[in-house]
Amino acid sequence: MKITFNINGKSQSVDVDEHTPLLWVVRDVLNLKGTKFGCGKAACGACTLHVDGEAVRSCSYPIKFAEGKEVTTIEGLGEGDNLHPVQQAWMEEIVPQCGYCQPGFMMATAALLEKIPNPTDEDIDNNIVNICRCATYYRMRKAIHRAAEIKGTNS
Amino acid sequence: MSNNTKPKNKSRRRFFLKAGLGTMGVLALGTYVFRNPMRRKIYELSETLVPPYNGSGTEANLWFEMTKENKLIFHSPKVEMGQGTFTGFAQIVADELDLNINQIIVKAAETDTGIIDGMSTGGSLSIASMYQPIREMAATMREKIKLEAAKKLSIDASSIKTADGVLTAEGKIMTYAEALAEVTDWSLPDTPELRPFSSYKYIGKPIPRTDLKAKIVGEPIFGMDAEMPDMLHAAVIRPEHVGSSLKSADTSVAEKMPGVVKVVQMDGWIGIIAESFPQALAAKNKVKVEWDIPTVWTEQSLRDYLKIGEGDKMITQKSGAELEEGGDGVIDLEFTSPIGAHAQIEPNGAVAHYKDGKVTVKLSTQVIGITQKQVAEALNIDTENVNIIGTYLGGGFGRRLDTNHAAHAALMSKEVGKPVKYFFTRKEEFQNDMFRPPTHHIIRGKVDNNGQLEALEHHYASGDVAINAALFPPVAGTVLGTDVGAMRGGNIMYKNLPNYRAVQWHRTLPFATSFWRSLGLLANTFAIESFIDEMALKAGKNPVEYRLAMLGDDENQQRIRKVIEECASKANYNDKVSGNKAMGFAASIDAGSPCAQVVEVSIIDNEIKVEKVTCVMDCGLAVNPDQVRAQCEGSIIMGISAAVHEKMTIKDGRLFPIIYGPYDMALMRNSPKEIDVHLIQGVDVPLPVGEPPLGPIGAAIGNAIRRITGKRLTDLPMTLA
Repeated sequence: MKITFNINGKSQSVDVDEHTPLLWVVRDVLNLKGTKFGCGKAACGACTLHVDGEAVRSCSYPIKFAEGKEVTTIEGLGEGDNLHPVQQAWMEEIVPQCGYCQPGFMMATAALLEKIPNPTDEDIDNNIVNICRCATYYRMRKAIHRAAEIKGTNS
Repeated sequence: MSNNTKPKNKSRRRFFLKAGLGTMGVLALGTYVFRNPMRRKIYELSETLVPPYNGSGTEANLWFEMTKENKLIFHSPKVEMGQGTFTGFAQIVADELDLNINQIIVKAAETDTGIIDGMSTGGSLSIASMYQPIREMAATMREKIKLEAAKKLSIDASSIKTADGVLTAEGKIMTYAEALAEVTDWSLPDTPELRPFSSYKYIGKPIPRTDLKAKIVGEPIFGMDAEMPDMLHAAVIRPEHVGSSLKSADTSVAEKMPGVVKVVQMDGWIGIIAESFPQALAAKNKVKVEWDIPTVWTEQSLRDYLKIGEGDKMITQKSGAELEEGGDGVIDLEFTSPIGAHAQIEPNGAVAHYKDGKVTVKLSTQVIGITQKQVAEALNIDTENVNIIGTYLGGGFGRRLDTNHAAHAALMSKEVGKPVKYFFTRKEEFQNDMFRPPTHHIIRGKVDNNGQLEALEHHYASGDVAINAALFPPVAGTVLGTDVGAMRGGNIMYKNLPNYRAVQWHRTLPFATSFWRSLGLLANTFAIESFIDEMALKAGKNPVEYRLAMLGDDENQQRIRKVIEECASKANYNDKVSGNKAMGFAASIDAGSPCAQVVEVSIIDNEIKVEKVTCVMDCGLAVNPDQVRAQCEGSIIMGISAAVHEKMTIKDGRLFPIIYGPYDMALMRNSPKEIDVHLIQGVDVPLPVGEPPLGPIGAAIGNAIRRITGKRLTDLPMTLA
């Protein structure tokens, strides 16, 4: 089945089974490897990307639902060479260890900040529910607050 | 060092001798046949020694490669799995080789270049074991570059100054790359005296990780991201039941599924090879498999099998008299810990290409050398025909100390004549992990008239950690008699006690158990430090002072003392309960790095919440204090996760859960909002960092809970419901 959607601002058509998870189209057809496979059951959040601005766990999102929509991955989060405020904050706080789950966390955070520009600790606890085995949560929390600050200053 | 070519004339100079001691102090084969007291000595030594690098390459010019752009590639014998080793290596190289850190690219070496670690990336030893050799090699290379520049510029080498990859002398200037262009004689000068610590620009400084940007923008650096041209994708079927084996399989439906190229039945597993991963997965679900299940294991049968009194017994520590079980005034407390999963987010996998009798494999592994041997063995070819290329790891935690699945990828590639990539599904990760073994502990003690312990014994039972690991020769377990991995943290660290001992019981379980970050330390410290806390409470004494009274005076004991005192002071530790809140204290020493922690715990509706952790560790010289802190923060939260959340169970012969969520792990909301880390430099060399902070956390939490609720929780994970 032919499906057309925008990815990181560019129109893209793919011809795959309509049930194929968006994750595998992004990773293996479009060769954007920043979005990660972790569990395949929407349980860990490593595959989080944006569909029309909403955080989506792409391992469990059939490609057919992406038709005509705007998909954003970590590769398209910033604008050109400019990092997104979330990425800037992640740099400042030196968050990643192994780094594998981090794109998913950054995408989840970027979506959160669009809804709640200045999240409280409780907002963060309730909304950022991805899994990081290196357990970088302590720095991530700081980075989320910092990202809100940077974003607030920029806008 | 070479300009993208391998050196032709290898130096005979050896920078450091291959050491007799490998990871965790296990003596190299052939040198140990000792009676028990001597074995105990080995075990004691293994608690404090940092074994030197034990790898294959001793030729400095194989480690460094200078590009035409004047960038230095450092071929690392260790891999990067988040612990910050690549950053630390770059810092060390930069300071002795006079480079700007931005001029250094650290890459995991491949087996073809020969620079791999003979043992592994593990044991928290990468920086600790490589600090001295890398400085020596970098300093020697600096002198070599100066000599080559001196020849080209016809000046005296001693007049040359080096900085940021550039040589200057007598008004002349030359880059390192220019100095090394067309060099064919790679004989090396003597290693010069190393520079004083005070002159270092990078070592000891909290510089940002060198891989930070790549990880922020999502570069394809992991094993899961690796590709080869024209590759196929595979899914694999493995046993779901513990101890089961493949009886028969009907693959006829799967073979006709869309995209399927071939279905192969191998020794104990089935591979489904297709054009895409979703296609391979869909076809896998259509394979009908029958299993042979000889014994259906349950949680109870496992507990009955693994307990003190069963299996092989070995005394790992002995001083003074033995306590009599049930004797006058003898107190026993029993503890357990469950099966633990690694649950690293990047699944295990590999992409392999078999062609004309040679194999190339790219994967996330902590054991590049061992994987090479496993692949060679599976395909019945020489190891020199196998090139293993290590990538960045999406978490290691000990899980990747055996990556035998690389051989599966290679075998499937041979079957279809194309590169094949495959990885574990999450269910396979959970059911085919090499788990942290469950443990059983009895702590036995007796107090004097003042309530201080006069005797303390730790009896502990564990499944395999180091025994039967791919990392060690098969006979190591038999010869040493003790599982040195299960022993981590198992011995009593308070040497002023008149009588103390530790006794290990070991049994190999029906499912694979192995290294899980900090090995035995987590459960052993939980048991010992909980018991000590209980004794302090009974005696009505401050638990910090209670511990200090048990410490001796030698250098190691002083280092433990200082860490305990500093931690109590930084946290303003007190022994009081305030409503639903209290502090808990615990300490441990692992691989020579003592660590103490104070946790502030609150309990609301039976939920255990760790609000704040103060952590003091003496890990010697911190090459990168920021990354040492990051390791402490991560270890603490991983420890909270293990102590109050995680548990695998065995039910009807299968391991559960099979997915995150049901395998309950600490998330953002379970992580302390404050983690206050203080580092003490008790010695002037780097010591292990990545595991020691996992020691105290479980007991510290339990000790706080005891104060709030009056309950002594003795089973991990701790729950109040």
